Parts: sequence; C-alpha cells; structure tokens
Amino acid sequence: MTTALLTRSAAAEGRIGLRAHARHTGALVRRNLLWIRQDPESMFDAVLMPIVFTLLFVFVFGGAIAGKGNQDAYVGYVVPGLMAMMGMNLAMGVGTGFNQDFQSGVMDRFRSLPIARSSVLIAKIVVEIGRMLVATAILLAVGFLLGLSVASVPGLFAAIGLALVFGSSIMWIFLTMGVTMKNAQAIQGMGFLVLMPLQFGSSIFAPTSSMPGWLQAFTDYNPLSSLADAARGLMNGGAPIAHDVLVTLVWSVVITLVMAPVAIHKFRTKS
Amino acid sequence: MTRNDKSPGGRGATVITVRGLVKHYGGTRALDGVDLEVGEGTVLGVLGPNGAGKTTLVRILSTLIVPDSGTATVAGYDAVRQPRQLRRVIGLTGQYASVDEKLSGRENLYLIGRLLDLSGRTARRRADELLERFSLTEAARRPAHTYSGGMRRRLDLAASMIGQPAVLYLDEPTTGLDPRTRNEVWSEVRRMVGDGVTVLLTTQYMEEAEQLAGELTVMDRGRIIAGGRIDELKARVGGRTLRIRPSDPLQLRPTAAALDEFGLTGHGRAGVDTESGTVLVPILSDDQLTAVVGALSARGVALSSISTELPSLDEVFLSLTGHRAGVAEDPAPALEEVAV
Repeated sequence: MTTALLTRSAAAEGRIGLRAHARHTGALVRRNLLWIRQDPESMFDAVLMPIVFTLLFVFVFGGAIAGKGNQDAYVGYVVPGLMAMMGMNLAMGVGTGFNQDFQSGVMDRFRSLPIARSSVLIAKIVVEIGRMLVATAILLAVGFLLGLSVASVPGLFAAIGLALVFGSSIMWIFLTMGVTMKNAQAIQGMGFLVLMPLQFGSSIFAPTSSMPGWLQAFTDYNPLSSLADAARGLMNGGAPIAHDVLVTLVWSVVITLVMAPVAIHKFRTKS
Repeated sequence: MTRNDKSPGGRGATVITVRGLVKHYGGTRALDGVDLEVGEGTVLGVLGPNGAGKTTLVRILSTLIVPDSGTATVAGYDAVRQPRQLRRVIGLTGQYASVDEKLSGRENLYLIGRLLDLSGRTARRRADELLERFSLTEAARRPAHTYSGGMRRRLDLAASMIGQPAVLYLDEPTTGLDPRTRNEVWSEVRRMVGDGVTVLLTTQYMEEAEQLAGELTVMDRGRIIAGGRIDELKARVGGRTLRIRPSDPLQLRPTAAALDEFGLTGHGRAGVDTESGTVLVPILSDDQLTAVVGALSARGVALSSISTELPSLDEVFLSLTGHRAGVAEDPAPALEEVAV
C-alpha cells in the first residue's frame, strides 16, 4: 500500500513523518503523565497555587485596592490577572523539570533513538498545558466561590485560550534555560528575578493608573499587562479588547518563532 | 559503504569504521586522531583510564556529539551526515544507567518500544520478553529507583535491546557493580553477542575486556596506543599470575623452591611476596594450576588458598606506554579464589 511504502522510504532516508512524530510525542506525554501518577506531589504547585494566590490577593490586597468590603469587585479584577501570572510560574517549572531530566542518563537514550528530538520538548509543553488547564479550572472554582461573575462564557474560554497560548510561548524560553543552564536552582533564581518585576510591574494585580509615569511606560509595553487586560475584557465584557488580544498574540507568536528553534537546536547539540 | 572491507580479525564485514577522529573540549583534546574498525559480530574492547576519551568516542558513534574532524561510519551510515539512519541500527548503554527512574521497568521498556515505532501490542510483548530474559519479571511493576544497581544495569541493557540493534555500545557497563552483579551483566552481554550483535565495549578493567572482547584497543589521552587480539596483547603485557598462599608462612621459600624445581615458573623464578605471604608464578598453560597443586602436594606443602590474577590496567599501561595510567586503579580482583 502506498502509505506503508511511503513510511518505509521515509524511514530509509531517516526522516520522521508527521504521524510518527505525533506517536513519539504521545509516548513521551504518557511518560510525563506516569510521573504525575508516580509522584502526585508534583501536581501540588498547579493545584495549590491558584488557591493560595487567589485567597491571598483577594483578602490581603483586595480591600486596599478596591475599598473595604469591595473584595467582590477585586475578584473580577484579579482572577483574569492570576490566569496570566500562573502561566508564567508553571512555565518556569517546565525549565527546572527538564533540567533535572538531563541530570539522569535517560536524555542520552532519547537522543540516541531515531525520533525527532523536538518531540521530547513538545511532549513537555503538552503536559504543561494540561497542568495549566488544571490550575485554571481550580482558579476559576475558587473565584466563583469568592463571588466571581463572568459576563461572557465564550469570552471566558477565549481568555483561557489566550493565557495558554502566551504561557506555552514562555515555556520555550524556560526549556532553553533548562537545556543550557547548569542546575534547576540557577533557573529558578534567574526565573524569579525576571518574572517578579514582569508580574508586579503589570496590570495583573492592580490598575496601573496610580503608578508613576516612568513605570507606566514599562507596564504599557509589558505583555503580561496586555494578556491580563485582554483576559479581563474577554471575561467581564465592556472594555475594548481587540488591541490587547492582538498584542498578546503577536508576542506569543514572536516568542515561539524565536525561542522554539533555539530550544530545539540547543537540545539537539547539547553535549 | 565499507561492507566489503575485511575486519582485522577477518571474521566478516566491517561494521564500525573510525578514521582520524578528533574532538576538543576547550583546550583539551578528548580525541586526538582515533582510527579503529569493528568487524561484524565481534566484540571490540576499548580499554583505558578515566579521561582516555572512551566515552567521547561512544558519544560520537551514538550521534550525541559531533566530532571536530575525522569520520565515523556505523553500518555504512555516516555519524555526522546520516545520524537518523544510524540511530536505527544502534543500542546504547551508558556509563550511568539511562533509564527513567520514576517509571517501572515495564513502562521504561514499553516507552522505548513505542519510540522505536513498535505497535502498542508489540511493544508490550517485547517488554515482557526482555523482562523475562533479564530476570526482571518480578520487579517489572516497581519504579526503577527502587532497583538495585545490578537490576538497573540489566534494565538498561534490556532497553538497549528492544530495537534489536545490529550494533551495541556498552560504555563501562559494570563500573561500580559488585563482582556477583558484574558476572550477571557479563553473561547477558555474552548472550547478546551470541545473537550476532556487534559490540563496542569500553572498560577500565583488563579482566572485563578479557571476559567479553575478542580484540582490544588501548586508549590513553585521546589516542590509541595499542591494539590487537587479546591474547597477543596479553603476551605483550604479561598474562595471568597464580598467587599461592601456604598455610604456614615459614613455607614461603620452600614453596617457591619447589615450583622452580618442577619447572613451573617459566624462564624466571617464582616470586615471593613476603608482605602478603604468597608466592607468585606465571600461568603458562591450561593445566598449570593442576601441576602446581600436584608439585606442592608431592612436597607436602599445605596451602590455604590459590587464586589467579590478571594484570591491572596500571600494569598494562606500564608495559605498553612506560607511564602509569591517569588514575590509580585497583588491581583486577582475583578471578577465582580456591580454598584448599
């Protein structure tokens, strides 16, 4: 049959077809899911982060930002923002996890197998997107318990999708760090150093209008502001969102187009 | 293609051909112009201390790293230009067991099977076969991090065998294993060779090379300093030694004298090691042990033990290069300890 012949000749040339690539990625996704079953504690971050952060921000800062007794209003503000923030923190976990993977010899085995090396990286991203979905579901559940109301359900799903797209683009940066940096602690240290200013210097937790002008110049160009504002607009309705959605998507595409080849190349040539 | 070339041993086609391989790491030359050939179905032992370049060689032949210059072909595929084809014919067992510690033995093998394009059912069947063959069936469902060192190494070997590779690289397969486990790994390697697999084995132990390899290449500081059939090399570096321990330390010199008298010491004289209370004679023939025991019993010398010893890596190096190997290695442990 033609397909069988085609795959065989592709195999003889050493190319890996799309279907084989998907199968390899699937097998590696399964490996990462088995890890979670073996070590359920590895899901703690995805499960606890949305609970802890939502409670913390709503009850500690909510009153101060939105006025005492006005926490409900702040829930509607901060939950879309937290969606953006969690994507960053989970993305950092991909980098540290991948780095630890390299400490064992199993990566050498994967790299000596006739598979596209990108499938190892893509499997990591697929699993992490799954973890982000879990975290997002819990975030929304906590939000609804605290009085979150969503104006548009399609808008909610669009917001989730946008956060996942941007989050997965950031994962390529952390995967690159995971391949190139010495150890997980270094990645974590570096990650926090970059992520903290990006997250707090944005409209994730509070409106930027009270910030000094120079800081506003930064927050306006911070893609996390765009993502948070876009998610907020999509979920709550009202505000114009087209510009923020576009800016977020452009950032995601550019970051992915630049960093995915870098990560794959670094992975391929790592000695 | 080099399929028509005869291997040095003349046993068939050449499967691995390496020419002028050079690899730098910063200022150090990990490989400094290495040439070698491995014939189909043979085992080439690569002996050398840490830092000799053995692992670098294996990593180039596994397409994990790219050489600075020189060529390496495996089964006719160029390691730099045709890495994907090459990966289809090789199996790799690294110096550190390269299995996923968090997965069970069975899941590890199933994963590799799927990555090698076996169907789900075939991958499962193959995993079970190999678990059985490597005596891991009982531990099949336990995560690999609960395995002992020897079990992990066996799982690693099993993982290398899933794709039924034509060429197998064993990078120091028994480093860090106790003697009993080492013997288990050796017998598995022998079985693989029996199946017709071509093996490139790196090791720090002369004894391991002697047990498994037909031909030996000795590496030092990125260069090949000697090569040939094991028995030829052994003749150059000195063969095995018999270490005899009389029950009574006062019998040391009479024992040595008796062995000289019976002509069991070759050209030299029996060595007396007063520190350890033993007498050393070279093993000249297969019935040397019997002859020695016969001679000593005729003289009424009571023995507490006899053991055979191989030259250590250090001694091999000393005799081949005139300098000691980069790291001090323990002498190869006694092969068989015969209590008398």
